[in-house]
Amino acid sequence: MSAQLTLGPVQYNWAPEDWRDFYFKIADETPVKTVFIGEVICSKRAPLYDNQLPDVVERLHDAGKHVIFSTLSEVTTDIDRRLVKRVAISEGFPIEANDVSALQQMAKGPHHIGPLMNCYNEEALEVYAANGATTICLNPEIPRDGLAALAQAAEPLGVELEVQVYGRVSLALSARCYHARAHNRTKDSCLFVCDEDPDGMRLDTLEGDKFLTVNGIQTQSHSVLNLIDCLDDLQSIGVNRFRISPQSVGTFTAIHAFNDVLNGRISPSEALKKMRDDCVDAPFSNGFYHQRPGYEWHDKVPAE
Amino acid sequence: MSDLIKPELVCPAGTPASLRTAVDAGANSVYCGFKGPTNARNFPGLNFSKKELSESVKYAHDKDAMVLAAINSFPTAGRTDIWKQAVDDAVEIGVDAVIIADIGMAKYVAEQHPNQRLHLSVQAGASSPEAINFYVERFNVKRVVLPRILTVPEIKRVHDAIDCEIEAFVFGNIGMMAEGRCSLTNYVTGISTNMDGVCSPASHVDYEPDDDDGLTTRLGDFAIDCISCGETAGYPTICKGRYDTAHKKNYYAFEEPISLNLTRLLPDLMRAGVTALKIEGRQRSRAYIRSVVSAFRDAVDAYAAGDEPDITELIALTEGHKETQGAFKSKSWR
Amino acid sequence: MRDKHKRDQPRIFKDSQAGPVSKAMPLFAMQPILRRIVRHVATLHPELFERLEDSCRKHFLIDAKGMPFLLLLRPDPDNLMLVAKSRHEEIPYDVLVSGKFKTLLRMIDSKTDSDALFFNRDIMVTGDTEAIVALRNALDDMDATLADDVATAFGPLRGPVRASIDAATKIVGSRT
Repeated sequence: MSAQLTLGPVQYNWAPEDWRDFYFKIADETPVKTVFIGEVICSKRAPLYDNQLPDVVERLHDAGKHVIFSTLSEVTTDIDRRLVKRVAISEGFPIEANDVSALQQMAKGPHHIGPLMNCYNEEALEVYAANGATTICLNPEIPRDGLAALAQAAEPLGVELEVQVYGRVSLALSARCYHARAHNRTKDSCLFVCDEDPDGMRLDTLEGDKFLTVNGIQTQSHSVLNLIDCLDDLQSIGVNRFRISPQSVGTFTAIHAFNDVLNGRISPSEALKKMRDDCVDAPFSNGFYHQRPGYEWHDKVPAE
Repeated sequence: MSDLIKPELVCPAGTPASLRTAVDAGANSVYCGFKGPTNARNFPGLNFSKKELSESVKYAHDKDAMVLAAINSFPTAGRTDIWKQAVDDAVEIGVDAVIIADIGMAKYVAEQHPNQRLHLSVQAGASSPEAINFYVERFNVKRVVLPRILTVPEIKRVHDAIDCEIEAFVFGNIGMMAEGRCSLTNYVTGISTNMDGVCSPASHVDYEPDDDDGLTTRLGDFAIDCISCGETAGYPTICKGRYDTAHKKNYYAFEEPISLNLTRLLPDLMRAGVTALKIEGRQRSRAYIRSVVSAFRDAVDAYAAGDEPDITELIALTEGHKETQGAFKSKSWR
Repeated sequence: MRDKHKRDQPRIFKDSQAGPVSKAMPLFAMQPILRRIVRHVATLHPELFERLEDSCRKHFLIDAKGMPFLLLLRPDPDNLMLVAKSRHEEIPYDVLVSGKFKTLLRMIDSKTDSDALFFNRDIMVTGDTEAIVALRNALDDMDATLADDVATAFGPLRGPVRASIDAATKIVGSRT
């Protein structure tokens, strides 16, 4: 099975024109085969992109990209539920479910499981496969050994596994909006303040360490996950789909760097250098993969 | 008499002594877990061996109380056997229900032990009728423990749209983070809340006193709070810490260290169709369990009899700490 | 961010504010009594050690404010130790618990909730948090109160000993 790069959904609140231009450029200039699209963080943001969505989907299709619609991750209110339903019952569009409620609403048939759903073990994988999942993007906190065991279980079920290899990591979801909270507002009265931070709002410890990133109801890592060193290893354990999660800076450099390494054109260390020169202002991390604290960076598997 | 149906009072136990305390104080059922990573309170010195759980179930059943076994963490691929063994042991012991979070373990219970009553843990994060119905239809889930993020009218709407019982938290620790979907601890410590069953493991928590009688709380190597002299402390979790952002300094960026107390909302919850009221705190001491359980026993009995209970004692339990009705009262809390 | 290596540094108790060396409290006279207490409790409650697991090998230093000495406990069934230590010594420890005497006694007797005590800053914990959480949970699982057990360690003298523990609680409690 040949390796392929996928692009996860934009998780931040970008201006609609920037959002559109980003996807046009993905369509026109990048080798990613599959593009996940849709609002996964906040149901209030979803309508902001309605006007751009038809053009973006058309441009991506014209470029030969496989477009998959991602559903909302944290579903509680009636607005959330309506949004999930709208996506889930749209006929003819492939769907990535990010919450169990999407599974309940969508028609029977092939679909995808997103990284914001829990698939930690073989039994869970069987449930999703029996329900029609053809690909499952795993939670980035699952270490290499867990990925290997899952890949072994996925193969006979005809399920392809995907892992995030680049971008900030989603660490927590909430019912509360922490962007609004930082501006002394609530989720209902937020006035969309999250649009001030195209890569999320930095959260520092009281000792001044850069620690986490706030993106509305989502808490992300400050560090940027980067598994460029692990691509060979991932393929050797049976994982062949690699997801780039978009940032406003450095995403195109990362896509090309990963593509070049997969095609043997440059070494992982050359790729890493390119990505370090064009990235949001944050260190790279790969700790989760090595079953270490997620924020850490390890050049190779650390000895115990 | 009132029109209210008396709900089941579900109480926590971290040790056999706590379980006996809860039963004696009037719990209708007690929830607890095995030692090790199979439940979400994998703390040092806490939880039950198979023999202890067996003896505890006998003690509870002799006094007409039920025991619910929490097997509510997420086994990593390659080590599901530990979780399956825990389920098998709980069934063999004769617990009244198993509380499951992982979708794979729900399948295991439904397939291997179809007669075992199955509850869906709050850790499953099922916060909408559609999500709950998925579990009910696939795995014959009999009860869902709702996340602490819904208002009472929302709970009523969920109740009307699902085909299983509702268990709702009424007292204890509260958080807005979606449970079962948080890897903040793992990001800092390398130990996963979902996979290892522990949030902020004590082995990685450190309290560093300073010269002014203040305290820096650390998880791993990160400072998650700095408590000055005279200030009260909270649980050492990332979501209860204080941080700086560009817009606001030294503030509780996620949530205040505050206790949930729904004493005053009990009649509303009972009317909304809640079958069981849950008290949080398997990590708390017997002293806490004794006071909270007996106070809630009295309050629930009084409301069900149409009386106005004396709730001053319950309020005193959170005295000195801050208390809230959280999202249950108003969605402006979100 | 803390330096990674700092976490593993040995911890040593030093009381810079210790008063003049007390002649009134001969520690050597206390040691056999303490030894007897800890052995007795260990015989009565073997299940305590199962809950402690690896934490039983840790050194717990107990600093009851207002007491002229500290207590050092190693609850290891194979190598039990409970000794009194002078405030003028440098004492290596894994975890230090400090608070008023009465508060500490109520806590180990499960009469009060230690989480609440901690939230209110009535007790302080520094060092190996895992060890103290394990000890707290192990003690909390004991149905008998520790003070009663201590009293029974003295056979026919239990009545007077229990009375003197209660008296000590009152005296020290009122002083601090």
